[in-house]
Amino acid sequence: MSIPITLIEQGHIWSFPGGIHPPERKQLSNTTAIATLPLPPELSVPLRQHSGEPGELLVAVGDHVLKGQALSSPGLNNALPVHAPTSGTIIAIEPRAIAHPSGLPDTVVVIAADGLDQAAAATPVALTQERAELIAALRNAGIAGLGGAGFPTAQKLALQRPLEYLIINGVECEPYISADDRLMREHANDILRGTEILLHISGAPKALIALEDNKPEAIAAFKRVLPNYPAMSLRVVPTKYPSGGEKQLIQLLTGRQVPSRGLPIDIGLLMHNVGTAFAVQQAIDFGLPLIERVVTVTGENVSKPGNYWVRLGTPVAHLLEHAGFKPSVAQTVIMGGPMMGFTLGSLQVPVVKITNCILVPGAQELAPPGDEMPCIRCGACADVCPAQLLPQQLQWLAKAHDHDGLNQQNLFDCIECGACAYVCPSEIPLVHYYRKAKAEIREMARDKAKSEIARERFEARQQRLEREKEQRLERHRQAAEARQQAQQKAVAEGAPNPNDAVQAAIARAKARKAAQAAAAEHAEPQDDDA
Amino acid sequence: MSFKIAASPHAHQRRTTQQVMRWVYLALLPGLLVQSYFFGLGVWLQMLLALATAWLAEAACMALRGRSISHAWQDHTAVVTALLLAVSIPSLAPWWIIVIGTAFAIVVVKHVYGGVGQNLFNPAMAGYVLLLISFPVQMTSWPLPHELALYSITLQDTAQLIFSGFTSVGYSLEQLRMGIDGVTMATPLDSLRTDLSQALTVSEAISKPIFASMLGGVGWAWLNLAFLLGGLVLIKVRVISWHIPGGMLLGLLVPALLMSWFYPDQSVGPLLHAFSGATMLGAFFIATDPVTAATSNRGRLYFGLLIGGLVFIIRTWGGYPDAVAFAVLLANMVVPVIDKYTQPIAYGHGGKL
Repeated sequence: MSIPITLIEQGHIWSFPGGIHPPERKQLSNTTAIATLPLPPELSVPLRQHSGEPGELLVAVGDHVLKGQALSSPGLNNALPVHAPTSGTIIAIEPRAIAHPSGLPDTVVVIAADGLDQAAAATPVALTQERAELIAALRNAGIAGLGGAGFPTAQKLALQRPLEYLIINGVECEPYISADDRLMREHANDILRGTEILLHISGAPKALIALEDNKPEAIAAFKRVLPNYPAMSLRVVPTKYPSGGEKQLIQLLTGRQVPSRGLPIDIGLLMHNVGTAFAVQQAIDFGLPLIERVVTVTGENVSKPGNYWVRLGTPVAHLLEHAGFKPSVAQTVIMGGPMMGFTLGSLQVPVVKITNCILVPGAQELAPPGDEMPCIRCGACADVCPAQLLPQQLQWLAKAHDHDGLNQQNLFDCIECGACAYVCPSEIPLVHYYRKAKAEIREMARDKAKSEIARERFEARQQRLEREKEQRLERHRQAAEARQQAQQKAVAEGAPNPNDAVQAAIARAKARKAAQAAAAEHAEPQDDDA
Repeated sequence: MSFKIAASPHAHQRRTTQQVMRWVYLALLPGLLVQSYFFGLGVWLQMLLALATAWLAEAACMALRGRSISHAWQDHTAVVTALLLAVSIPSLAPWWIIVIGTAFAIVVVKHVYGGVGQNLFNPAMAGYVLLLISFPVQMTSWPLPHELALYSITLQDTAQLIFSGFTSVGYSLEQLRMGIDGVTMATPLDSLRTDLSQALTVSEAISKPIFASMLGGVGWAWLNLAFLLGGLVLIKVRVISWHIPGGMLLGLLVPALLMSWFYPDQSVGPLLHAFSGATMLGAFFIATDPVTAATSNRGRLYFGLLIGGLVFIIRTWGGYPDAVAFAVLLANMVVPVIDKYTQPIAYGHGGKL
């Protein structure tokens, strides 16, 4: 499967199988410029906002912090730090609800804003520095992939492999969301500067900037500044969901496929989101850590839909209140888009690094699915699956908990894009079944690994006990031998044999017993009268 | 306040199974109209009987299985089974034919195997084959296309024929099936098969009045054209994909073409194959039943080719004039194997683009 580079160079756009065309509804939010959301009185900053371990806490309750000051350090795990989004006092460090589908709480640092928004000193980083220094600078700025996965950018850049292309993903294929669209329109030059920095650090010779053809303004904005960046070229892909998925976009732009369970870097590619490129530019050129991002607030139940610069840690409630939120009965509040977003149980959940959208649909807008009906094997799901899986087979196997079958059908290549569930005429929540099956399989693998470790430990302990017992016996045997030898040596040298003394004692005891027996025989007649 | 929790995706395309089924009804309409034009209104009575039986059987099965009856009616699959069986049987067949066939299709073929989506065999075709084997006389007594019939039949006659076996003036079905020349007439495929087996050439065989019009015989050609039209509509609105009908027609017509090249006098040409019997109904409405067909597009193509090939083989060398039902059931049996060997290569597993 070798695709000639020249075709890629010529700007050929390949295609990927399946995909859907849901109503885009981006006009709801993409017509106004990005507004700045006023500071909330209280912000709660989760320590973990990326995929990976949380950093080590640097602050304590009562501390006063400045805007941009680190609240945690990479620590031993080389994790991503988080920063104070504004100046204020830390009033609590405790588990609270965070942006996660499970709704489970996690440690957050709660900051009462002092309203001064006083910034800590920021030092720009010169590109002449060592590669490792630049990567560390990005890590210290807390930059994670802003496209949705939240993978630490520094970690992605740290892998050193020959690269052919850096791909900057501005596709934003999820309906409703326009955060990247607005950012590209308003900061095209900064994004390309960020791309330049990423090219410099990664060592990739060229960058491809990818957008969907439903964003003509953003395309025009890039076209204006692209002449200044000769190593970069624009790629416009047809609007289709999910073209913005990493694997699908790679297929579209290069005709290559990321190997199953592999990484784009395995085929000489690296991908970053446009928001990430912007954050990289801010971190290097201005020394600013990641403390705010663009969030789309949209749906029919907000009166002022649009995009906002939101400080990380801002409660969703504050954001929605500002956008004129009027909840309807059985309201859903979705973090993310209608295809892959998750619902929030509470509005106190803070905006984090991966929050690109808050969607509050009207009662009829995204009506909940009807009752799940039996699968009629119509195959509509297989027709739209971009990963070329057979969703209905997976569904049968998932319901039957047939884990071997699921692996054979490549369940783990499912990207959970939701295209199958979108088209299913029987309204089967397919993705839900896959997530559950994946979790079950992971859980079983973990349990198996655990019991394997436990078994190894048990066996090692048994062996150790056995060994110790043998050693003990051996010691005893050696001690006894030594004693005997010492004795024999002593006897040979003329000392009284301790064995003679024992024999003498036994003889004495026997004699005494015999005497006692004789005495008892004499006493017997008297006993009869008594 | 608390908010509703739901799993993604939150957006859904509003095309439900019911809507899919409604398209199927609509697409059947041209065929039904043509069939009632050439073969009388019997088909509508058969449909009513089939629907009533299907609904009763479905309700009884759901009640016995402890499931919601309304749920089963909502998906309309029993209706489609009933309609397909009703258009497949001779339109003046006695009432108990369609009742037995439909009840068997719903109760045994569908519910005994676990209900919607679980059945191995196409219910309508399994019902058809049961009837064909058990009641061969009734199942092959197609009325004449009205252009060739000696007697014309009113709606009242139709009803009386179906329920009592005789018209109001006492004609039996056998008498009605006599042609202008006073000979009982078979369907085009039936007549051809008999003549060819008597060592007549095709050109001699098709000199009979049943072949008076173009293509596949009087009435039958128009019927097939009407089903073809409905089928194309279904492909256009994406209720079915082209793979199964395309495969089936290819599997039938390519061997037919080769045969008629090499043995022009002993073989039925591709056009007659395409436009007679149940070819188009089978290709677009019966073989495309998703439950019992292969699931990937490549698999569907093979499934269609297999059906087409089997139809050709049975029509040419088998013991029955038409073969769609047998071919479909045989292909149903092979579906798991087809599915196993046509699984598409998933992303990242080394497939070509």
